[in-house]
Amino acid sequence: MKALQFERNVPRFAASRIASALVGSGKGVRVGPLEFVDIEQLEMPGPGWVRVRPRLAGICGSDLATLDGRSSRYFDHIVSFPFIPGHEVVGDVEGGALDGRRAVIEPVLGCEARGIEPPCPACAAGRKGSCERIAFGHLRPGLQTGYCRDTGGGWSTGLVAHESQLHAVPDDFSDEAAVMVEPAACAVHAAFASEITGGERVMVLGAGTLGLCVIAAMRALCLPGTLVAVAKHPQQQTLARDVGADQVVKPSEHKRAARRLSGSLALESDDGDIERLAGGVDLIVDCVGSSASLEQCLEVVRPGGRIVLVGMPGVVRVDLAPLWQREIELRGAYAYGSEDRPEGPRSTFQLALELVREARLDRLVSARYPLERYEDAIAHAAAAGRRGAVKIVFDMRKTVSGPDVSSSGRGRPNSAPTKEAM
Amino acid sequence: MSPRPGFVLEVDRSTPATLIWHGEGFRLERLPVGTRVVYGPESLDPLVDPDQAIRHALANPLGDSQPLRELLFPGMRLTIAFDDISLPLPPMRPPDSRQRVIEAVLDLAADAGVDDVVLIAALALHRRMTDPELRHALGDRVFEAFAPHGLLLQHDAEDSSNLVHLGLTDQGEDVEINRRAAESDLLVYVNINLVPMDGGHKSVATGLASYRSLKHHHNVRSMLNSRSFMDIHHSELHHSNWRMGRVIAESGVKIFQIETTLNTNTFPEQLAFLQKREWEWSLRDRASFLATSSALERTPAGISRKIFHAVRAPHEMTSVQAGAVEAVHEVTLANIYRQQLVEVSGQTDVLTMGLPYIGPYNVNSTMNPILVACLGLGYFFNLYRGKPLVREGGVVIISHPTQWEFNPVHHPSYIDFFEQVLAETTDMFEIESKYEESYATDPWYVHLYRTSYAYHGVHPLYMWYWCAHALSHLGRVIVVGGDRAAVRRLGFSPASTFADALELAEDVVGRDPTITHLHVPSLLFADVK
Repeated sequence: MKALQFERNVPRFAASRIASALVGSGKGVRVGPLEFVDIEQLEMPGPGWVRVRPRLAGICGSDLATLDGRSSRYFDHIVSFPFIPGHEVVGDVEGGALDGRRAVIEPVLGCEARGIEPPCPACAAGRKGSCERIAFGHLRPGLQTGYCRDTGGGWSTGLVAHESQLHAVPDDFSDEAAVMVEPAACAVHAAFASEITGGERVMVLGAGTLGLCVIAAMRALCLPGTLVAVAKHPQQQTLARDVGADQVVKPSEHKRAARRLSGSLALESDDGDIERLAGGVDLIVDCVGSSASLEQCLEVVRPGGRIVLVGMPGVVRVDLAPLWQREIELRGAYAYGSEDRPEGPRSTFQLALELVREARLDRLVSARYPLERYEDAIAHAAAAGRRGAVKIVFDMRKTVSGPDVSSSGRGRPNSAPTKEAM
Repeated sequence: MSPRPGFVLEVDRSTPATLIWHGEGFRLERLPVGTRVVYGPESLDPLVDPDQAIRHALANPLGDSQPLRELLFPGMRLTIAFDDISLPLPPMRPPDSRQRVIEAVLDLAADAGVDDVVLIAALALHRRMTDPELRHALGDRVFEAFAPHGLLLQHDAEDSSNLVHLGLTDQGEDVEINRRAAESDLLVYVNINLVPMDGGHKSVATGLASYRSLKHHHNVRSMLNSRSFMDIHHSELHHSNWRMGRVIAESGVKIFQIETTLNTNTFPEQLAFLQKREWEWSLRDRASFLATSSALERTPAGISRKIFHAVRAPHEMTSVQAGAVEAVHEVTLANIYRQQLVEVSGQTDVLTMGLPYIGPYNVNSTMNPILVACLGLGYFFNLYRGKPLVREGGVVIISHPTQWEFNPVHHPSYIDFFEQVLAETTDMFEIESKYEESYATDPWYVHLYRTSYAYHGVHPLYMWYWCAHALSHLGRVIVVGGDRAAVRRLGFSPASTFADALELAEDVVGRDPTITHLHVPSLLFADVK
């Protein structure tokens, strides 16, 4: 099968990191540890596992951070090399109860997938994202499909998944809609993690895929009083409004917007520029995950307010004095599992399926590339915002699999991507 | 030789290029043959002895007022209110008219043994004046006599303890003004009347009022029904102020109104070419124009701004009248018309105008895009009597850089209004209903208005309302040479050159439109027949 495989290769890892730092995100792929390979099918890890032939697989911000060499050393012990990236996947199932059907993969590799009995307290409570056994059981370490050597990932023509990871895709769902379910599930979980009770003044920082999904999820599932999106690029600004933001501002305007929204007083420089707010918004959702974004959050959240960190951070340098002095809560929101709803626990993925349909999140898929054009695809994903795009996906529906047509090594562009926005 | 009246020039092939303001610069533009250029009257001769004229006016009041001397007595509370930094434009060379008048009033007060005297800058919702600005307006002697003792105040429209509600007009409008002014035995108001909008009952009813009171006439409906707000007889803005003025009088507030007018001698010698007719430029004027233009092109924008804002106008007083508000104002208007009125026959398809670096709300500050709109569509468009210079459905072409630039100290709520509200909508009524209250009551804006040098939070909305009549009347507004993003944010069309702007205008008014150019400087008031 064909796949993009990420090797543990320290010199290439370093080269990728330097290249992306010098030239820009996504530009280090050519010299980095990702390779286009033709490999044998993966072995089944155990009972309850099935094969999945990916149709579409998204390129996520966390994938880009990994490829750029920017991801945290924290992950060193919860991934296993070589792995095949890709955790936003819709594919055709071969075997098991969903044999012959399309499914999306819930990529977290929790206790059930790992054959661990009894499950850890988090998995037992339905909080798979907080599984305490992601480096244990009959799988090698890997927090998700796409980071575990034994399961493969979506950037390939074949992977293996535990049946508990699969969610059938309704027949009327396009593949584009289905591939958006995983990021939508992250957003649904973040929306609930924000613990909005109604009427809060909310700001969402960042309007890439995750930011837009969070806006849609909050609008659909919570009752924010006012929701302001901070979006950098014109297309993001338009989409943010379309999916539910009451107001959209540029990053340079976020402090003024938060101040207006909250009616807060502000502390200014001598020339009248706002440096930080005395009060601020009740909740800010950081969908970027950088030092700068966290600093921006701390500038505008009110004392006792909450920052929900949804975008994957790495090593950040930030002054935590305001967090301490203003008793601000900083909370992570990772992955999914089940959500406590008034009607009882509900699968995050099922809620995400509904959200994708209601908010028409399939429109966020901007361009599709064959695996062979991975360099272009990744460059496009890294520059998505400024190129007027949102989600870039690999399209395996036309990729021929099998060892007889293999061409191991670095792919070169031969065919044009299909795209709505470049 | 007496000053020549204003007139309308029709451009022909021999007409030299026309000088057009462009913010902190200007350009010479060859306007199409057939364009009408409206020039104001030449600067009137000033009063020979303004101090004597002031003393005469105080001793010979108009209307049913007694001479000022007879209104002053020992033990009384005397308050002298005066126009703020927004007048005149540019600020005048010292001594400022306010200084001359206030010194004369204080001399009389001292003679009468009045020792409870307070001065109040009538800010309405404008920014507070700095000490140097107050010193410039009042002169060293007055400033030093009052400021150190806390007797030089600036009206605070948000200080509820120093406001008093005097009642309602017959239209249900709240009349709430400065308590010290209202509770004085005599309120002397000292005006500089630069345009016909200024003065009359508007001085006290607006200058010393609260937001609660101001919102009754500073609103979209009033602006749409003020045609124009420079013509007080056809201005709902003024009708409301006059109703309030009568409530103020009926409640027992005794006002002695002093109004002064200025000539249009606006620029110092080195910029004298700005107020001359182009075909009469001397060699020296041409050399000054070339040298100034060339220097400005090489000068960084910030320095150009400082240079222009340092200009002190050689304005001179052309009249002073004192006494009862309405009687005084009637004479004042006649004197303004004498200096500014130009008869123009018929309307035009396209009205062009160059906007200068300064307007009432950016003295020593930045002309931000909202103020550009306000100066062009609020002030210049409304400089008419009878009917607008431009026909309904016509086009206004403005020349101004319209930079996306704000002074965050003076105009903090302008930034938010421009970035957030105008990004959502430019609709006046929607803005008024959805945003006005929150901008007016925002605690940070209130704090900055009261303690810093910020215009009130609601002020940018008012400046936008100021454009209401123009925007409801016009088919398109085009800005030449402006920041394209800022121009679009205002809902206007950007153009690179006058020729491009005229092409765009033809899409609205058809080919070969009639064009009229409002030649400012000098300031003029079109009587459109």
